[in-house]
Order: sequence, then structure tokens, then C-alpha cells
Amino acid sequence: MFPLTATGISVFQINVGKLCNQTCRHCHVEAGPDRKERMTRETAELCMGALAKTAIPTVDITGGAPELNANFRYLVERSRELGRRVMDRSNLTVLLLPSQAGLAEFLAHHQVEIVASLPYFLEQQTDSQRGTGVFSKSIEAIRMLNALGYGAPGSGLTLDFVFNPAGAFLPPAQHAIEADFRRELRRRYGIEFNSLFALANVPIGRFRDFLEASGNYEHYMARLLQAYNPVAAAGVMCRYTLSIGWDGALYDCDFNQMLGLETNHGAPAHIRDFSLETLDRRQIVTGQHCYACTAGGGSSCTGASVK
Amino acid sequence: MAGYYHSDDLAHFGDMGKDAPELWRKFSEWYGAVFAEGALTEREKCLIALGVAHAVQCPYCIDAYTQACLEKGSNLEQMTEAVHVASAIRGGASLVHGLQMRNAAAKVSM
Repeated sequence: MFPLTATGISVFQINVGKLCNQTCRHCHVEAGPDRKERMTRETAELCMGALAKTAIPTVDITGGAPELNANFRYLVERSRELGRRVMDRSNLTVLLLPSQAGLAEFLAHHQVEIVASLPYFLEQQTDSQRGTGVFSKSIEAIRMLNALGYGAPGSGLTLDFVFNPAGAFLPPAQHAIEADFRRELRRRYGIEFNSLFALANVPIGRFRDFLEASGNYEHYMARLLQAYNPVAAAGVMCRYTLSIGWDGALYDCDFNQMLGLETNHGAPAHIRDFSLETLDRRQIVTGQHCYACTAGGGSSCTGASVK
Repeated sequence: MAGYYHSDDLAHFGDMGKDAPELWRKFSEWYGAVFAEGALTEREKCLIALGVAHAVQCPYCIDAYTQACLEKGSNLEQMTEAVHVASAIRGGASLVHGLQMRNAAAKVSM
């Protein structure tokens, strides 16, 4: 498989910046309320201009908390005008901020697929990773989304959850943890959702800080290598995803973006130079951190890559 | 002062195959089959293993199956209950042998 190459872009992933209302302990973006990196309108328009020249079906908007960016609603509206599927990577608590009143209704109106972080169906694991009080606010936000129709069969409003292990261990089999979430969230909180994505924690950013501070880094890296799965490696998300940074720089994935590893090997490095022909089959920039996506059932922005 | 157990040793369990490779191969194959999904799920088997690890007080197994249970999506609530199951069986095993005591006492007592 070396050199690893793209197999055609089907996901246009836009990271609008590092501003967030939370400071999660595992965050590879190291996002927070004091971050200044934010996508401008000019860059957002360059993104939409490039997208319009392609038939890339999915726009995946992430951050930080992407909803806090001033251009988030523009990106959603324009992407939907272009007939693309839009995913919003949400931390859920952002929906409850007074400044974001009406956001949930906006997302529902545009049939945005909400991909929400929820590391567990119990408070202790969720709050230990995402901050005190996040679990209860997340439940409140999910109930608000369920009331709008998100997660209801046939509503056209998709609500997915992202499971990240709350520690230095790999995620369980996706189908197994999804069944747990469905049973427990329904039983305990009366909550419904569509799918659960089980993601491995990538050893960069705050998660790496945690690994090193807790003396788990070497063990975790050894675990990732031990769990290497060539089938997962063949389906890694960088092969079909293009990651655009808040400043318009291009990357093979959001993790490379946070490591500053821009696209290379002759591929354009900025959205203003976007060329589908060149980027569709580009050689991918890899590193040690990639072993998180190739472990076990594989890990991608939509969960296990081995189905 | 160094103890008898060293956590780094767990990673070298495979060294037991060095001087009896065929036996190690048979053990490994059987072990893998035991823990594969069957009538019980992988997580249920891991929780049983965690309980047994506490019953036999094997620090290697406690270490390995704590990690394994978490990687199967379990949590401290479930894992603690599993430890209690093991403890209840061990405690109960002592207690039920008290019937032997009662029988022995009854035999010699007026």
C-alpha cells in the first residue's frame, strides 16, 4: 500500500477554526474559548467556489465548535444550494448557548446531519473527558433535537453520535457499543439516534498530553501497532477526504492539519489552487499517528472503517 | 525493594512458548477460541474473565482484563459488579463449607 494514495474525494471537510465553548481533554485540535484561529468569509467563499466546480457529494464542517464561526451558516446554506449532504460536527452544548438560539431549528430546516460527540451513556465517563456538566447539557440538547425530529425514523433528520474512549484504550466493536448506547439512552433518558461512530483517540494534541502525563504513551503506541489491521489501512479516510484548514491550507485529514502536515507530493497546498484532478489521486502524507486509524476495526470520521 | 511481580512482564507472556512451542501454540489457539464471540458476547466473556482473575488473584489477568473490558465498551459499574460476583463466590465457598463444620460438630456432640 505504500505510497498511500487517495482514491477519489467524496468528503470535503472544512475545519472553520479552533474556537470552542469547551476544552475537552482528548481534543486533537486543542480547541477552546481563547483560540483566535477562525475562517474568514473570503476563505469560506473560496471553499464554496472550489466545491461548486466538483460533484463531491458531502461537506463535513468541523472545528472547534464550527457553529460558533461567523461563516458557519453561509457554508451550510451554500452547500445545500449546491445539493450537497452537509454534516455538522457538534459538541451539543453549543446548541444551548443563548447566542445560538434558533441554531437547532436552522440545522433542521436545512436537513443538516448532526454528528455529535457523546463518549458514553453515563455521566462520569463523559464529564471526565469533556468537562463537568457536559453530560447533562448534552442530554438536554439531544432531547431538543429529538423534539425537532432528529433521530426519528423517516424524518430525514439524521443524528449520529461519536464515541471516543475516555482513556488510553481502543474503542469496542462499533456494532456492540452502538447497541449499548441505543438500549441505555432509550431506557435511561428516552433518547433516540440514528448511528454511532466508534473512533480511536489519535495520539496528538491534548490526548497526547494526557498519555504522556499519565505514563501511558509508550503502552498506547504499542497497543496501536499491535492492533494494526491491513484491511482498515486500505480504507483510511484520508483516501477519500480532503481537509481544508481555517486559513484555506489543504491537508489529507484533520489530524495532519493539527500537526501542520500540509498536502504534498505535487498536490496544491491552498484552496485557492484547488484542482480536483491533482487532489483526487494525490499521495498521502503519513506519520506515526496514522496507526490510530489502522487499529482493530479501523477509525474514521464515520467510525469503524472495516464494515 | 523490588517485588515478585513486574507489570512489564505481561508483554512477554509469549516467551512461555520458547521452550515448548507446540504446547504454547495449542494453548494460544484454544485461548483465542474461548474468548471469541459465541453464545456469550466478547464483553460478557471479558467480564467473566475479570471476575475469575480476582478470584484467583492473578495480577497479570487483572491488568489484561481491565484493559480488555474497557476496550469492549464496559465501564467501572459493570466491572465492579463482576469483582463482587467473584468475591461473593469466594466468600460463599468458605461459608458453605461451614456445613462441614456443623456436620463434624454434630457428630461428636451430645
